[in-house]
Amino acid sequence: MSIKNSAAVVGVGSTPYYRRGESWPQTTMELACKAILAAVEDAGLRVDDIDGFALYSMPLDVSLLAQTLGIPEVRFSSTLTGGGGGAAGSVGLAAAAIHGGMAECVVSFLTLQQAKRRFGAAFALKQSDSDKGGGAYAPPHMPEMDFAAPSGLVGPGQMFGLLAQRHMHLYGTKREHFAEVAISTRANAIRRPSSLMREPLTLDEYMTARMIADPLCLYDFCLETDGAVAVITTSAERAKDLRQRPVHVLGSAHGGAGRWGQAIMWMNMPEEYFASSGHRPVAKRLYEMAGVGPSDIDVALLYDHFTPMVLMQLEDYGFCEIGESGRFVAEGNIRWPNGSLPVNTHGGNLSEAYIIGMTHIREAVEQLRGTAINQVQGAELALVTGGPASIPVSGLILRR
Amino acid sequence: MLRRRVAPQLPSLLARLNPDPWTEPFWRATREHRLVAPRCTACGAFRMPPTPFCWQCRTQAVDWVELSGRGTVFTFNVTRQALVPFLRGAVPYVVAVIELEGAPGVRLISNVIDVDPALVKIGMPVRVAWDDIDDNVTIPRFVPADGANA
Repeated sequence: MSIKNSAAVVGVGSTPYYRRGESWPQTTMELACKAILAAVEDAGLRVDDIDGFALYSMPLDVSLLAQTLGIPEVRFSSTLTGGGGGAAGSVGLAAAAIHGGMAECVVSFLTLQQAKRRFGAAFALKQSDSDKGGGAYAPPHMPEMDFAAPSGLVGPGQMFGLLAQRHMHLYGTKREHFAEVAISTRANAIRRPSSLMREPLTLDEYMTARMIADPLCLYDFCLETDGAVAVITTSAERAKDLRQRPVHVLGSAHGGAGRWGQAIMWMNMPEEYFASSGHRPVAKRLYEMAGVGPSDIDVALLYDHFTPMVLMQLEDYGFCEIGESGRFVAEGNIRWPNGSLPVNTHGGNLSEAYIIGMTHIREAVEQLRGTAINQVQGAELALVTGGPASIPVSGLILRR
Repeated sequence: MLRRRVAPQLPSLLARLNPDPWTEPFWRATREHRLVAPRCTACGAFRMPPTPFCWQCRTQAVDWVELSGRGTVFTFNVTRQALVPFLRGAVPYVVAVIELEGAPGVRLISNVIDVDPALVKIGMPVRVAWDDIDDNVTIPRFVPADGANA
């Protein structure tokens, strides 16, 4: 028994995407409601049909949201633990709720506004003298943080730079390979009106950009943006009668190895998979559930907070051998439209907008409806992933 | 014991410790300029940061083993842009993950200091240098062991 084919994504909705802080004076609640209402409209449903919330990264309190929108009855409300790792898995959680008979029409969404807090320093304990709290993920001063913070390790980019450096050392991965991820993603973003970055990026610009956490430069980092995206998942049966062509959940998995654990905040992962995305066990389980393999995937929406993590996911999801991702991208494989595996056809977190992975789910749905701006012709299967980070990380395979 | 800051560019604000009963022995030792790591009394596995159970055999008891203070760079970055305003005076600085001699399987997140960042390499031998933040807190940093560029 699994959730395979039991549910379908039937609606997607989004606000415009904004540069960091520029969505104000809209509130995060307002942005969330706009995205949810747009998704309801897209699906041909009514707000009264919504009866569940399957979330990740704790965007806001469901109690407040439900009273704001006047949801008649909330029958399921659950959030994956962790942060952006759960993005893709939130749809799997929705499918599980539906398959288990707990709810029928489940919303997953993320709303983000970085006016006061910047995710680029998410792990900083204190971002300014007037800041009583800390980064968005700053824990309430846990003893474990004493083993990371004193070194000045406060931002995810620095942390992933440590994994990237190790990958370069082990496999000969080069900055040019990171650049190919940034440049190919930008090329996709340029064609989309929703993208915040619409100028071409050249290799020369990449190579001469300022280094932030060497080996990572400015263009290896994703954007810091505002906005909200929502998707609605319902039963495969009910999906038949709605406005859009259903996009079926072929499989979803989340989790990871216990000894991957806190990963980037810990740095004591086993050497065997230190320089990885943490997704290997999830990928294996996801393919088993879906009954497909990497060669069946037509388009991959891989969470791209930092370019090297796209490379490591290409390896962990079996599109190339471990350590071979640099060569794989250098051969043009991830380019749209002619690569063997177009990646992040929407422009990703790197160049379209960073809504903590929800834009990847939106793009997968558009690809499988056949309405994507950078359409992969005949796309039948799309892979979506959540952000490589502490566990749980997650994956999702959708089918037309 | 001479107490001094060896990495004054890294703000003391970052070194406000909140130990719990399992991590406190580590920080008590650093204050005395001793680098120690907890080793499971049953199976011999090290665990860092210190935790209440052995991840391998779930035993609680540990021996606090005093280490040589030598290690090697497992990986590193050169942080060139301050990600928060109070680190503006610190950049560039090297954040490094150090494998500790005598404690196989565990690593410490720290810094390599007193070195040209361009010369830091994975596999580089380093040794501990004690950064006394104040009378109560000492943070272990690392310097090149061979003295090159020191």
